[in-house]
Amino acid sequence: MPPSPEPVSAAPFLELVEVTKTYPGVTALDRVSLAVAPGEVVGLIGENGAGKSTLMKILGGVTAPSAGAIRVDGVAHPSLTVPDAIRAGIAFVHQELNLFDNLDVAGNVFIGREPLKAGLLRLIDRQRLHDAVRPYLDRLGVDFGPGTPVAELSLAQRQLVEIVKALSLNSRVVIMDEPTSSLTITETERLMRIIADLKAHGVSVVFISHRLNEVEACVDRVVVLRDGRMVGDLAGADIAPAAMIRLMIGRDLRSLYIPPAAPPGEAVLEIVEARTEAFPAQPVSLAIRRGEILGLAGLVGSGRTELARAVFGVDPLAGGALRLGGRPVRIATPRAAIESGIYLVPEDRKRSGLVLDFPIAENISLPDLWAYARSAIVGLGAEAENAERQRERLRIKAPTVSTAAGTLSGGNQQKVVLAKWLSMKPKVMIFDEPTRGVDVGAKNEIYEMMRRLGDSGVAILMISSDMEEVIGVSDRIAVMHEGRISGFLDRTQFSEHNVLRLAVGAPLEG
Amino acid sequence: MLKKDLGLLVLIIVVGAAVAFQNSRFLLPENLSNTANQVGLFGIFAIGQAFVIVTGGIDLSVGSVIALLGVVFIDLIVNYEVNWLLAILFVVVLGLVMGAVNGLLITRAKLQPFVVTLCGLLIYRGIARYYTKDATAGFGFGAEFPTLEWLTAGRSEIFAPIARLFGHDGPTIAIPHSLIALVIVTVVAFVVLHRSVFGRYLYAVGKNEEAARYSGINTNRVILAAYVICSGLAAVAAVFWAMYTRSISPAVHGSFYELYAIAAAVLGGFSLRGGEGSIIGVVLGTVLLQILQNLVNLLGIPSSLNFAVMGSVILIGVLADQQFRLYRARVAAARGREQPAPSPAGAPG
Repeated sequence: MPPSPEPVSAAPFLELVEVTKTYPGVTALDRVSLAVAPGEVVGLIGENGAGKSTLMKILGGVTAPSAGAIRVDGVAHPSLTVPDAIRAGIAFVHQELNLFDNLDVAGNVFIGREPLKAGLLRLIDRQRLHDAVRPYLDRLGVDFGPGTPVAELSLAQRQLVEIVKALSLNSRVVIMDEPTSSLTITETERLMRIIADLKAHGVSVVFISHRLNEVEACVDRVVVLRDGRMVGDLAGADIAPAAMIRLMIGRDLRSLYIPPAAPPGEAVLEIVEARTEAFPAQPVSLAIRRGEILGLAGLVGSGRTELARAVFGVDPLAGGALRLGGRPVRIATPRAAIESGIYLVPEDRKRSGLVLDFPIAENISLPDLWAYARSAIVGLGAEAENAERQRERLRIKAPTVSTAAGTLSGGNQQKVVLAKWLSMKPKVMIFDEPTRGVDVGAKNEIYEMMRRLGDSGVAILMISSDMEEVIGVSDRIAVMHEGRISGFLDRTQFSEHNVLRLAVGAPLEG
Repeated sequence: MLKKDLGLLVLIIVVGAAVAFQNSRFLLPENLSNTANQVGLFGIFAIGQAFVIVTGGIDLSVGSVIALLGVVFIDLIVNYEVNWLLAILFVVVLGLVMGAVNGLLITRAKLQPFVVTLCGLLIYRGIARYYTKDATAGFGFGAEFPTLEWLTAGRSEIFAPIARLFGHDGPTIAIPHSLIALVIVTVVAFVVLHRSVFGRYLYAVGKNEEAARYSGINTNRVILAAYVICSGLAAVAAVFWAMYTRSISPAVHGSFYELYAIAAAVLGGFSLRGGEGSIIGVVLGTVLLQILQNLVNLLGIPSSLNFAVMGSVILIGVLADQQFRLYRARVAAARGREQPAPSPAGAPG
C-alpha cells in the first residue's frame, strides 16, 4: 500500500452545503455538508441505506436536493444537472461498470465525442482516436492498448478504462463506488497507486467502500454517514477501522471469529484430484470436514469459483472424483448436487441466486418445490408458512413474504438465498463471496448463521476475496493459485501475509 | 384474476357494447355463436403459444403445423379410411413430436427459438403443399363422419334447459363445441400454469433461467415441454380447423395463425421477454381479437383493412399498458420511500 499522503491545504473547489434530500415520508440526507479540496482523497462510508447513493446522485446531477446548495468553485447552485456535473469535472466509476462490450478501449473512452474524418460520411478517425487515448493509458501504466476490445478485458482493467474516461474529460474529482469489491489484491494495490497518482496531479477522489482497511490506506479524510446524517469526519491518525465501524453502526463490533462448538469431525466432502475445464492440468484435492468452515482464498481468477461450479454440477468436471460421506458421488447437474445435499450460495446472487421478480416465498421454495406440492399442485399455504418461519429465523427485513425479492437490500437478498437452502437438509454448503455488497450488520448475522450451520454438522466451504472475512471467519484456509491448491493454513498460521504469499504462489516462510 | 385481466375484460365489454350499439346484429344468437366458434378455434392454439412465450420463447411454426396436420388428418380418414379416433391420436402424436424437435433444437443445439420455428414455418408449409401436390384436400361427396363432425364442428344449445326453467321456450344460443373444447383446455392450462410445480418452473425459467438452474430445475426439460405443449395444442386445433373448414388449401390454410396467437398473448399481458402473463389473459386476448374481426364485418369497414384494425388496436393496447406500468412504477417508487420496502404484485398464481 502506498504511504499515507501529505495533508491537503488548498481551498475546496466542490462543496455541499447543508444538503437535505427528503422523499415523501423519509429523509435520505439530513443537512450534510462535504467539501472536497483539489488533490484530496475523501473516504465515504456508511451502511447500506445510510445515504451514500443519494449523495452521489446529487453530485452527479441525477437528483436535486430538497434544501441546501452545491458550491462549485465558490458559485452556489441549488442543484446540478448531469451536463453541469460533467462540466464541473465530476466523474464516476460505478460499481457496475457502464462500458460497451462491443467497442474497443478508445471507442469507450471517447464515446459520443469521437474525432471525425472530413468528408460527407463523417467517418470516425481511428488513428486520431487511438492517439488521443494512448497518453492516458501510458500514464496509468496499463497492460492493454487503445484498440483492445473491452469484451476481452478483466473487471479490473475495465475499471481502469472508466478512470481513463474520467481523466480524458479533465475531471477534477473521480467518485469511485466500491471500486475494489471485485478486484484481486494486486489489482487493488494498482488502484491504490493510481489514486495516489491522481492525487499528485491535483485530481480529487471520493472513495466509497465497505473495505475499511483499504479506506484507511488511501484516504486523507473519512466522512461517515448514518441514517442520512453525517456522524463523523475523521482525519489523520483518527482513521482506523475500529473507529469507522463504531461510527457507522454506532456500537463496537465483536471480533469476527466465533469458535465452533466442537472440533471438526470426519471429512464430509472429499474432492479428489478434481480438474476443472478452466484448469484441466491442475488437479485439486481437498476435504471439507463436518462442522468446519474451510475458507478458500486466492486471487480472482485462481479457479475457486470454477471449482465450486464443478462441485455443484453447473460445469462438468474435466477429471477426478467427488466423495460424499466416504462414498463416491457423480454430480453432473445442480439437481444432482442438491439431491446429495450439496448446496451453493452463488457469487452473483442477482443472476444465479434469485428470481428477482418472484416473491420471497417463491424464491425460498424453488429448489424444493415438490416438498410443498400435493399431486403436482403447489401448496401455497405450506410455502408461505415455511417462508414466514425463515423470515423470522434469519431476520429478513421485508413487509411480507410476498414482497418481490428484487426490492430488498443486498443483505436481505442474500438472506433469502440462504433461506432457500436452510429450508432443506444441507450436508455441504458452498458460499461464494457470501457477503459481497452486504452491509456490516447483515454480514455478522450471516457469519453467525454459518457457524450455527457448522455446529449442526454441516461442512462449509467459504470462497472469499475479503481478507478480513477469510481470516476472521474460517477455521482453516485453503489458498488457490492458478488453478491448484498452493497451501493450507491452520488458525495458528493465519495472517494476511501468509494468505497473500500462498495466493501469489510463493512458499510460506519458516 | 389479475388486475390486468380485469382491465382487458372491461375493454372487451366496452368494445362489444360499442359494436352492438352501432349494429344490433352483433347480439344476434347466430352471430354470437359464430364468434364464439372462432374464439374456440383460435384460443386452443393461442394457449399453447402462451406456454412458449412464458419461457421467453416464440413458436412461429403453429400455422404451418395446423396446415400440415390438417391435410394429414383429412387424408388419413378420407383416403386411407383410418378410424378417426386413431387418426386424431396419430396427428396429436405427430404434433408432440414436432414440438419436441423444436424444443431439442432450442435446448440442445442452442439455436434461437425465432430461427428454429421460422424454419419450421417454412418446412411444414412446404411439406403440406408437396403432400397434397398443392391441391385442396377435402371431404369427397358423401364422405360422412357424423360423430366426429358433431364433436368438433357441432353446436349444442346447452343453456336451453336453464332457459326453460325461466320460462323461455324459444331458441337459445347454440354453443359451438370448439368453445367447449377451449373451456376444457383453459381450465387444464390454468391449473398447470398457475397452480402446478411445472407452471412455477415455467415462470422461473422465463424470469431467470440461470437462477432456476442453480435451484436445481432442469431448465432444458421445462423449455422442451413448453414447445411440446404448444405443438400438441396446435395439433388439436388442426383437427378442429380441418373439420370446420372441411377443405384445406395447403398454401393458405392456417397462415398467419401463429401471429394471431402471439397477438392474443401480447394483448393478454404476456411479455415476449418471458415470465409474465396469465391463461385468462391470453383467452381474453383471443376474444378481443375475434370481436375486432367481427367489428370489421359488422361496421362495414372494408375487410381489406382487417389486419390494419387489429394491428392498431394491439399497438394502442400495449402503449396504454406501458404508460400504465410506468405510472404504477412511479407510484410504487414514491410509496417505497415512505415504507421500508414496496411490495409489487409477484407472478400470477
